[in-house]
Formats: sequence, C-alpha cells, structure tokens
Amino acid sequence: MKKEQYLSMYHEMVQIRLLEERGAELYQAGKIGGFMHLYIGQEAVSTGLIHAREPRDRVITAYRDHGVAINCGIPASAVMAELLGKVTGVSRGKGGSMHMADVSRNMWGGHAIVGGHLPIAAGLALGDQYAGNDNVTICMFGDGATNIGYFHEALNLAMTWNLRVLWVCENNQYGMGTAVERASAVSEIERKADGYGMTHERVDGMDVLAVHAASIKAIERVRTQGKPHLMEMMTYRFRGHSMGDPERYRSQAEVKKWQDNDPIGIYRAALLKKKVSAAELDELEARAATEIREAVEFAEASPEPGMDELFRDVYVEDQASG
Amino acid sequence: MAETINMPKLGFDMAEGTLVRWLRKPGDTIQKGEVLAEIETDKATVEVESTLAGTVLSLLADEGAVVPVNTPIAVIGQAGETPESIQPAALPAAKPKEVSPAKAPVGSPLPGREVPAPPEGGKVKASPLARKIAQGAALDLAQIRGSGPGGRIVRRDIEALLQRGTGSQETASPVSGAAAPVAAGSDEIIPLSRLRQAIGRRMTEAKTGIPHFYVTHEYRLDALLDMRAQFNKIVPEDEKISVNDFIVKAAALTLRQFPNLNASFQGESVLRHGQVQIGVAVAVEGGLLTVVCRDADRKSLRQIAADLKAMANRARAGKVRPEDIEGSTFSISNLGMFEVENFAAIINPPEAAILAVGSARETAVVEAGSLKPGWRMKATISVDHRVSDGAEAARFMQALALYLEEPLRLVL
Amino acid sequence: MAKITMREAISQALWEEMERDPDVFILGEEVGVWGGTYAVTKGFFDHFGAERVRDTPIAENAILGAGIGAALTGKRPVAELMTINFAFSAMDYVVNQAPKLHYMFGGQFRVPLVIRAVGGGGRQLGATHSQTPDAVFAHFPGLTVVSPGTPADAKGLLKSAIRSDDPVLFLEHATMYQVRGEVPEGEILVPLGQSKVQREGRDVTLITYAKGLELSLKAAEELAKEGVEVEVVDLRTLRPLDMGPVLESFKKTNRGVVVEEGWRSYGVGAEITARIYEQAFDQLDAPILRVAQKEVPLPYNRTLEQAALPQVADILAAVKEVLR
Repeated sequence: MKKEQYLSMYHEMVQIRLLEERGAELYQAGKIGGFMHLYIGQEAVSTGLIHAREPRDRVITAYRDHGVAINCGIPASAVMAELLGKVTGVSRGKGGSMHMADVSRNMWGGHAIVGGHLPIAAGLALGDQYAGNDNVTICMFGDGATNIGYFHEALNLAMTWNLRVLWVCENNQYGMGTAVERASAVSEIERKADGYGMTHERVDGMDVLAVHAASIKAIERVRTQGKPHLMEMMTYRFRGHSMGDPERYRSQAEVKKWQDNDPIGIYRAALLKKKVSAAELDELEARAATEIREAVEFAEASPEPGMDELFRDVYVEDQASG
Repeated sequence: MAETINMPKLGFDMAEGTLVRWLRKPGDTIQKGEVLAEIETDKATVEVESTLAGTVLSLLADEGAVVPVNTPIAVIGQAGETPESIQPAALPAAKPKEVSPAKAPVGSPLPGREVPAPPEGGKVKASPLARKIAQGAALDLAQIRGSGPGGRIVRRDIEALLQRGTGSQETASPVSGAAAPVAAGSDEIIPLSRLRQAIGRRMTEAKTGIPHFYVTHEYRLDALLDMRAQFNKIVPEDEKISVNDFIVKAAALTLRQFPNLNASFQGESVLRHGQVQIGVAVAVEGGLLTVVCRDADRKSLRQIAADLKAMANRARAGKVRPEDIEGSTFSISNLGMFEVENFAAIINPPEAAILAVGSARETAVVEAGSLKPGWRMKATISVDHRVSDGAEAARFMQALALYLEEPLRLVL
Repeated sequence: MAKITMREAISQALWEEMERDPDVFILGEEVGVWGGTYAVTKGFFDHFGAERVRDTPIAENAILGAGIGAALTGKRPVAELMTINFAFSAMDYVVNQAPKLHYMFGGQFRVPLVIRAVGGGGRQLGATHSQTPDAVFAHFPGLTVVSPGTPADAKGLLKSAIRSDDPVLFLEHATMYQVRGEVPEGEILVPLGQSKVQREGRDVTLITYAKGLELSLKAAEELAKEGVEVEVVDLRTLRPLDMGPVLESFKKTNRGVVVEEGWRSYGVGAEITARIYEQAFDQLDAPILRVAQKEVPLPYNRTLEQAALPQVADILAAVKEVLR
C-alpha cells in the first residue's frame, strides 16, 4: 500500500468523525430532522473495507451510512446537504441521513429497514453474474440484522446460486439497546455462515489496517472462487444507537474502555510508527476540519427543494394520471 | 463573545425537555463535551453536553422548567463578560414560534367573509344532477315530486317536465336580446345547455316522427282590436289583455267543437281530452317553455290574461311550477310581436296540433268591391296527419274565425 | 385473429419478451423444471435454460429482493410469486422497497422489475390462499398495479410492464386462465395506466377490472334482455388510475356500480366512488353502489365460498337499485 492511501484513509476517518460531530450539533439545533445514527467509533470498518475494493465493486449498507458514503467518495458537502434536506444533497434531500446513495460511485445506498437490503445485495450480485462479470457486491449490516429472516434467505440464496457477495457484519455489540447475547442464539455471528456452508472470519474492526488487509483477501477470495463469504467486524459505537438514546443498557465504564481504543487513535499511533510525521497528520486533521466547515456552509446556503421536487421521481415514466 | 447553549433536540419527535438538574453554576468553567445539565424528555433522562468551551455566564432556566427545543438555556462566554441580548428561557418571549395550527389552508374563506347561506330548498331530496339541470332550466325543485327512492328528484323527473313544457317554433328561437357581438372572422363554439338539449331532442323526435301538415287562414282582426282597446281602457295597467289572450280563449272555445284536435296520439289510438288546456310558448333565457292555461274554454279573458302573465313571469324568473308547464292538450305559439307575417310550428307531442300566430297588420283590403284599410292576421295550424286530415283542420280554422272576427262571442 | 386463453396470452408475452431482450429473465418458485404451478412457463426452462428461468428457494424475500437488486443493475427480471397471498411474506419488497427506491434516492435508482402473481377466490383453497388484496398494493405510490380482464389486454399489458422502467405488480386471476379471447397476432403493446370501455351503453356504468369484468359483461348481457343498456369500463391498471373513461361514461349515464372481487371496505370501489364524488358530483343521479366480497375470510366450503364472492346476481340487483 502506498503512503498516499494510508494518509487518505486517515483523512477520511477524521472527516467522518468531524462530520458526525457537527451533524450531532446541527441535529440538536433542530436543523437535521428524523432519525440519525452516528458511525463514531466504527470508522475503521468501512474505511479499511472500502479502500480494499475496486471501483467496480458495489457497496450497499444499512442506515448507519455516513461513513460509508464518505469512504465511497461522496463529497462531505453532499452528505451534509442531504442531512439538512437540501436539494444539493446526494439524494436531492429526499432520503435523509439513512438514505445516502451515489450510483456513480457504486454506493447503492443506505437502507433503513433492518436486513431489508441483504436480499437486494444478492440481487445486485445476481445482476453481475447474469452479465457475466466478476464484480463483488460488498454488503454491510449490523449484528441485529442477522436475527431477521432476510439475512437467512439472502445468505442461502447467495450460496445456492454462487453469488459474489462479501457479507460484512459490523458487530458493534448492540442491536439498538439489546446486547448480542440477549438477542442472538449464537453470539459468534460469523458461525451463522456455517449453516449455509459459507466461509467466514472474525476481524478486529477497531484496527483499520487489520480490516484493510483482511478485506483485500476476502474480496479476492469472493472474486476468484465465485462464492459468497462472511466477515464479522468486531467494533463499537461510541454514541447512542440514534440521537436521544438514553443508553441505559451499557455502563459508562464500558464505553470508556472502548473509547480508549479509539480507531483513529490506534491508526494515528500506527502511522507515527510507520514514520509518518505528526505534522503531516495534524495537517490532514486541519484540512478535514476546514472541509467539514465548508460542507456545513455549503449545506446551509443550499436551497430547499422546490415544490416541483415533490412529485418528481415517483415513477421513471411520466404518469398523466394519479 | 458570549454564546448560548440551547435545549437540544434529542430525538426526531422531541418538542421540549424538562431541565432536571444543573451540573454547573454560573462562574464555572466548562470544556466542550463536558456535561452541563441533565434533562428529561418523554423517553429518557439525558445529559446535555456543552458545545462550547468557556465560563458559564448565566443559566436561563430553573430546574424543573419545561423548555422548548432550541431555546437558550445557558450562556457561555469569557469570564466577566455580560450577556445582554439573550432572553431567558423562562420568559414566554424566548419561546420559538410554535407551528401555527391555525394557518388557513389555501382556498378557505377569508376572515370576515360571509359563509354563503345554504341554497333554497336545501331540504328537497334531489340528486346532484337533478339539482344542476333544474337550476339551468330555472325550475323550482320544491314544486317537483321526485320518482326516485324515497321521493328523490332525479334526472328523469326534471327532463320529463322540461319535455312536456318545451314548445315549438319551427322558426328561430324567439329569445330576446341580441347575441353579444363577436369579433369579425372569429368562430365560437357554444355548448348546448341542458334546456337547449332537451328542446333539441324533443323537437327532433316530433319533426321527424310526426307527419305534419299545415293549413293557413287569414283573419279580420278589426273588431277584436277595437274590443281590446275598449277593454284595456277600463282595466288597470297590469291587467291589460293581449291579442294572444283573445286567441287562447278563441282557440279553446273552438276546440270544444273539434275534440279530435284537442287530443293526444297514442300509437294505436287517439286520446280526446275532456278538458281544454292551452299551452302557450314563452321565451325564457336559453330557450322556451310552454306554460299551460287550464280550462281556457271556461275562463274569462281577464282570468286567462292574469294566469298567463303570472306563469310567464314565473318562467322568466326561474320559479316555474310543475303545474305551470304540465298537461297541455293544444298549443299556441305567437310571434306576433316580431312583425311576423306567418310561420308554421312543430307539434308538441303527444298533442295533435299547434297553432302558429303571426302579427296583426294593417293592410289594404277589398271589402264589398272597394279597397280600404283593414287589420288582418294570419295563423297556421300544424296537425298530426295520423290524427286528423286537411278538411278537419280547415274547418277548425274557419270556426276559429267566428270567434276572432266576432269577438263578442268570446265574452258571451 | 386467434382466440387463445389468458394463460397462453401471458405465456406468449413472456416468451416474446425473452426472445426480444436478453436482459429479461424469470425467477420464482417452480417456474423452471416444473413449468410453473399454473403452467404459464411450461417449456421455458428447456428453451431458455436455467440461467434465464431460475428456480428459487421457497423464500419470497429472496425472490423479490434479488429481483430488485438485479433490476438495479439494469436487468429486467420477472419475479413470480406463486400466489399473491405470499406477497405478505415479502411485503417489504412489494410496497416498501421497489416503489420507494427511485424517489428516495433522488431519481438515481431504477427498478424495472415485474412481479407476477396469481390471486383470486373461487377455488376452495381456504382463507389464506384465496385473497384478492389488489387494493392493498394499489395504495402505494411508486408501484404500478395492473390486473387484466381479457387475454389481449393480458398480453399487451404484460409486454408493456416488462418494458417499463418502473416496478410493476402484475395480478392474474386464477379462475381466468382458461378464459378465451381474441388476441391480435404479433406485437401488441397495451399502455399501462389506461382504462378502457369494454362495452357501450347509456343507462348505467359498471366500473370494474379482472374477474369483475367477466362478471360485469355477463350481467350486461342479462340486463340487455330487459332493455337496460350497460356501459362497462375496465380499469386494467389500478395505479396509476385512469379516471378519464370512467368520468366520460358517468357523464353519460349518471349512475354507476363498481364491481370488484376484493373486500368492499377501503377497496377499489371506495376509491372509484370517492373520485366520482370529487370529480363529477353534479353528474350524480343516484348513489354509486359497490359489489364486492363479503367481509369474511374466504371459507373453504364451496357454497359458502360462492356466497362470499361477488356474483352476477349481485350486480343485477345493484344495477336495478341504482336505476330506481
């Protein structure tokens, strides 16, 4: 891996962190509506994973999607504008926090129905298989999604039909407020793949370099073997499930323990060890801060969608009647 | 510069929060991210972290206060600074404007504007379609009996009335008032009104379905006009008698002698009516109605004049009653007021005949070998050949002369 | 013109579209080796092969989710639900995913997916396998809901559905597969979203579709003997709904009855009636009546089942009532 990529990964992780911290403030100020789920603490997972893909590989994820959006190359300004519901948002202000997508960057969305996008991921891979290419579809989801029927139907189908899906479970320990052990009969989620004869592995999701290395191998494996594979990324969200989470289900001490293990901090230390200068990293952080400030300015200055947007895109084809 | 910390929105549906406890007091220093207060939402108790670093200058809400989202609760700034223009949360003025529940939707009545009164006859049971046609034809629903479920007035009731009531000039409709001038060269499409459609249907059926024949007769009108002049000298202005009133009475009396022309064609038979009910065409907005002078043979000229005037007024005012337009046995159409010499009318089915009356004109006449001025009026009877023949019609027209030319017979 | 069955018409549409466009493929339970549980895809597997006629697990979420995903990549899958009753197992995809994706992502996603599903009562399959829940699906903007009443429309509408860039739910009625009708030879395309007058008359308008069309045309024949001229308007597409021919007809007759096989409450008839009240109030000469299924889960017993389903006699009674 080249130094530029190391640095760009660091830059993106910081950018995600700052974007979400500002997002939380804007939410509390009433400028962002609806549900908003922060990725803070999990940045290493999507950063390491998505940096391991080729541009032709598709990415699809759940509603905790701001980080994935940034890693896929969507500008922070378009993400922020979407959060503020502006027409300049990546989904024209009609999707919101949970529905970021950019087809031109092979980012197939944040999806808000738990587990609902897993069969769709199988379908994306089916489309590629039908077209005769060996693109990989990377499908990310939370630990909670592995207890719903969609997960099982999708994994079964992918294995039966030899679909190139890399299933990536982000195990952040809690499905909303319910700990994995309290909701899942098998708490080592990777083992669920055994039910479908699918290969699987567990990865330290707080270490972006470990994620990146494992993901490169996994994507290659899926591509060459023409079969799905499941990765379980062990991670932790530092913030609540969504805004306004009272967090009664976990202790401050537990959160503190994980926060001491901050993925950005871990990565910074690793980079310093690799002889990247602190000044270089500080400069990246400063650049990210400027970008986020500008993103907020852009989003705030952007126009609200006009009323013509209301009926736009209900159907692809013009519909004269209702 | 001092800045405020606002009541945070901690969930998509949070509108306000209760300030449970302050964890800092004025004068304390605070870092960004440190806990400033505890608040309670309807879901949970949550800690509010400071989004600013500095000194707590003032706390704007008491513990226990319920504060709307996004309202300032604390001021953070440099030690010693005095915040001036920040309103405490406790003051109502500080509350953000609530979403106005009373915002008038587009199209709602403006304040102060009167709500229109319910339409007259609001309690009449009628289908929306029947209401609409009745309105167009100036019919008073309150006077109509409905044949639908529970007495509901439906389309067929209105149309039956209109068909019975529509009369019949074969010439152009005598509706008064010139058409609005139209710019030269421009065509205009005028959709047919309900009334116009009903007349059209009715008349097409009559003209194409009934074998008409016509007999024209000229009447000496000098005596009648003299008598009318004398009459009108002695009656009040609004009770004056028209030439047409004389003709109605004359026709009615003549019909008593010609029951075959006071009749309805019924396919296999002819119904001769026991009463003489003379229909008189009245021009109304957008068409014409035929009002019915009942028992005209037994009414005085004054009574006929009064009846016809009242009914014509009702028709023109849109207040016509069903009995005004129902049940005629013979019709008269008079275009005399338009200086019409003569015309023929279409029979108003199922009647057997209709009399079309032209203008009374002063003309040169030969009487006893010498030329002199005299008043003459032509009339043409249209008769259903299935019911009657030319000779009978001619005799009728001759008999009619007896009354028109010796009008004293009308009052005897 | 050839007289063929509804089954043949649907089968021809699929076959022709698959021959025409290699992006079109079929997936569903027993569509391949078996030949389709209603024999619509009989012979397809041998001709087009396993890649294009894909047998799936009995897993409706997988079928529709995979269909949507493949459609997102530009393919034109025709996903078959063995019956519409199984759509409830995958309701998320039918109403909450397929119709939302184009709009929610600001026009970026396209879902050219057809979901074929057979439905309808009258086969003594009991309550869970006999429903006509069309109105439920027609509730959702973004979805196109089609249900043909004649073989020609079935063929022409299905071909249009496959070519549409929007998700289409194509509802077939199980007791109508053997209905015969004239279907023009060769290419026929019936536009989605257009209602059609299937019989002209001037006294009363029957507004209906699918099985209701069959019943309404029979009722119209009966009424003609009594001198009542019935106009029958076939909706064909429930969403987007084309009220044009309905209102045109109603302006002529001023009286109407809506005939549907689904339940009356919150149904197609409720929608049509409301729209007539909204858009043609002054044309009403009598209340509009609805003929629909009795408000019970459909019973197994044949007599009871038929009693619950709308019948020609119900239509005759309703027409006479509105003509009073």
